[in-house]
Amino acid sequence: MSSELPVQRPRNDIEPAEPLDNPGLPEHLPRPTDVDPAMERRAERQISAFFGLATLLTLVFCVAYFVVPKDATFLGWSALNFSLGASLGLALLAIGIGAIQWAKKLMDDHEVIEMRHPVASSEEDRAATLGMLNDGIKESGFGRRPMIRNSLLGALGVLGLPAVVLLGDLGPLPGRTQFSTVWTKGMRVVTDVSGLPIKAADLEVGELVNAEPAILFETDEEGERVLEGTEALQAKSKAAVIVVRIRPEDITAPAGRENWGVDGILCYSKICTHVGCPISLYEQQTHHVLCPCHQSTFDLSDGGSVIFGPGKRPLPQLPLSVDEEGYLIATSDFTEPVGPSFPEIEQES
Amino acid sequence: MSDTKTPTHTPVEQTKFGKRAGGPVKWLDERVGAAGVARGLIRKVFPDHWSFMLGEIALYSFIVLLLSGTFLTFWFQPSMQEITYTGSYTPLYGLEMSQAYASTLDISFDIRGGLLMRQIHHWSAMLFIAAMYVHMLRVFFTGAFRKPRELNWVIGVLLMVLGLIEGFAGYSLPDDLLSGTGLRFVDGLIRSIPIVGSYLEYFVFGGEFPGNEIIPRLYMVHILLVPALLLGLIAAHMLLLVYHKHTQWPGPGRTEKNVVGYPVLPVYAAKAGGFFFVVFGFTALMGAVLQINPIWAYGPYNPSEVTAGSQPDWYMGFVEGAVRLMPNWEFTTLGWTFSLNVFIPAVLLLGAFFTAIGAYPFIERWVTKDDREHHLLQRPRNAPVRTALGVAAMTFYGVLWIGGGNDIIATQFRLDIYAITWFCRVMVFVGPVIAFIITKRICLGLQRADKEQVLHGYESGVIERSPDGGYSERHTPLSEVGQYELTTHERVEVAAPPPAADDRGVRVPGARKARRHAFVSKFYYGDVVDKPSRDDVDEARHHAGHDGHELEADEEFRGVGETGVPRSH
Ligand code: HEM
Ligand code: FES
Repeated sequence: MSSELPVQRPRNDIEPAEPLDNPGLPEHLPRPTDVDPAMERRAERQISAFFGLATLLTLVFCVAYFVVPKDATFLGWSALNFSLGASLGLALLAIGIGAIQWAKKLMDDHEVIEMRHPVASSEEDRAATLGMLNDGIKESGFGRRPMIRNSLLGALGVLGLPAVVLLGDLGPLPGRTQFSTVWTKGMRVVTDVSGLPIKAADLEVGELVNAEPAILFETDEEGERVLEGTEALQAKSKAAVIVVRIRPEDITAPAGRENWGVDGILCYSKICTHVGCPISLYEQQTHHVLCPCHQSTFDLSDGGSVIFGPGKRPLPQLPLSVDEEGYLIATSDFTEPVGPSFPEIEQES
Repeated sequence: MSDTKTPTHTPVEQTKFGKRAGGPVKWLDERVGAAGVARGLIRKVFPDHWSFMLGEIALYSFIVLLLSGTFLTFWFQPSMQEITYTGSYTPLYGLEMSQAYASTLDISFDIRGGLLMRQIHHWSAMLFIAAMYVHMLRVFFTGAFRKPRELNWVIGVLLMVLGLIEGFAGYSLPDDLLSGTGLRFVDGLIRSIPIVGSYLEYFVFGGEFPGNEIIPRLYMVHILLVPALLLGLIAAHMLLLVYHKHTQWPGPGRTEKNVVGYPVLPVYAAKAGGFFFVVFGFTALMGAVLQINPIWAYGPYNPSEVTAGSQPDWYMGFVEGAVRLMPNWEFTTLGWTFSLNVFIPAVLLLGAFFTAIGAYPFIERWVTKDDREHHLLQRPRNAPVRTALGVAAMTFYGVLWIGGGNDIIATQFRLDIYAITWFCRVMVFVGPVIAFIITKRICLGLQRADKEQVLHGYESGVIERSPDGGYSERHTPLSEVGQYELTTHERVEVAAPPPAADDRGVRVPGARKARRHAFVSKFYYGDVVDKPSRDDVDEARHHAGHDGHELEADEEFRGVGETGVPRSH
């Protein structure tokens, strides 16, 4: 029904041009180079000059490769990079400009008319194709032998499974690995650059220290790092922390976490709960820490709660204590997963 | 012949070269039939317009990417194995870093021309994607995506998406601090996929982030998988282009049935070939003087470090913005946590944005019910609602993009970052609506101005004083060609809503569907300014006659033939 409704139909197919007739292709106007032999010769010289210049610059490139020292500088740029790039770039530009000039000034510039043909194939072609297709199907018996057809389709369909199954070893299953970090009871909190333990008494109010678990710096009997290479990076990307000292009266500790700090020294995961950037920008007065990636803002004096931004969960807090020597230690691992959320994050083991 | 000054043309088969090449060419033709194919192509006609070069820029920068990228593969080591750096960049000497990062330093400092190739590769990647966007806009705003080119539009959208993926994969390879931060983001993004997120994360990264596998895997994606797909799709894009023949702007002599332009050999080949060298030369010069992605300044990736103001490449800015503007929606039901704060902006929105772009030709077809082939381009003003929708989409993209730089804006202009974020959160919805309204108004205004010019000419700047003392500006009538060019677009009609019941009170079947269609048709065409009719034009011409400028229509002129050549000639 709807196909018979009045719809917009441009009237151009009835009246080929309306309201005005197509004036037709304008007359071809000769270019200066078409009528003035002197201009023509000049253009010819100019164009070959561009190509000549390109050859020259390409040779400059080759020479520069061998003679310009790698560490020399030129106007603050690497001299080698500049000379190679400038000579190559200008050579290419010269070829391009020469070719375009040639086309514009000297090549025949009469516009040519080509007719279009309907994109669709002709009715005969369609009918013939359909006929052949039907012959083929008939001869194969595809339609008459549904048992063969369906069992084949089934077999081909199942072939998709190995393609998926084979990917099984792309990675291990997550298991509970996302729920824990390398922090353990009694592990020292050490500064992230030097690996030195942090004395509680040395921390000033308002200070923020980027820290790591001591295990990242520990070595075994043979002097080898306990955690190395990728393992170390994986550990670090979950266990990195920040340690701050806030005046105790400014702190509102969430229930159950009253003794997770040491005289106002609190320790939080450094890994943003949004998508995992290391948070960094700390504002002493407000105790807010801002993630530079998407500006999630967390209040460290209020259990790491979210103040602003796309992050949802508060920063996980690491319970602290001090050892006999007065250095900060963790009293356990984080009690909740760190980093960005994942589907199973709220599932108990 | 040889003694005249101007050398005359010798048929190619009779030249020395031609004689020597004749054998092999014949050999080849007897085996692949090349002459038959070449016959259709050598003199194929391409219309000329500056906006048709945008797709070419994309094509040529893709070739530059292939060339420079191949060079980089000779030295780049896609390995996350930690090693100690001993290359010639002294500030990082002795530091632990991945082989990927160290080999990128080597390419930058120890391989001659390596830095140039790295910079050319990165600049041409940006140019590639920028050119695709602008090309897409030109195809959109001129209606070049209409039948029969819808499939080429869809291929184009796929190219766009693959281009973004390719760029992101490449950006992640050097394993510097910025690229690692980008990967961290991908890790969080994958995790946010409902139910299966953790599994996908471990499969993609080969275990916990960052693992050992992601860079080798991305390397395969970057140098094999996506380039192969891109090549295949570009080939399909070009084949369809040749088969459809290029669209052209309407103008004297140009019709829906012809193509007017220059033949491939020689003019188009020389111009297009020359333009390839211009694009390549331009990127090489950028590589020479404009530093890009100085990975040595960022340092190797370290999961506990990040630089303030870290930004992805520009083409990822809108995703970054969407992620920044999103409120923190996350909830848990039945034990499963859904991180909509990441999933919506990074996965759903992106998918929806490109799906909407890909579907647009089909949506418009549904509104216009127009099933004819279109080979003449439309001026954006003559499709006001389409143009307004396009500008609205650009505004949406632009607001997200600004949102992606909210920290930079905040520090540069000393503004409050939360205020900027809130502003963008509102503007992402309001901005496109405002843009739509303004753009549509402008288009209608331009249409009215066009009509005015056709009927009354343009202001000549000559002020006349009438006998009774009034002043008026003389209007110069437009030339016939000028008038023609402003009136070639099609007249449109709004679909009329059908009566709900016929005159005997019987419900018309399908009326609801028809009313819905009438509604969208009105939305689309309702306000379009119709071009003048033939009578209007004739009358206006008589009118214009009083100042002696009576237009003499060529008596012999009898319209144009199918080929576009005036019949009277
Ligand atoms: C790898 C990226 C791309 C390359 C290399 C490329 C290249 C080209 C070239 C050289 C042309 C002919 C010249 C022109 O009209 O500008 C063309 C035409 C076309 N492109 Fe693309 N393009 C790319 C991406 C896209 C995208 C993103 C879209 C749209 C979403 C698109 C849609 C089209 C359409 C519909 C045509 C036919 C236009 C006409 O005949 O007027 N292309 N493309
Ligand atoms: S990662 Fe911190 S706000 Fe996104």
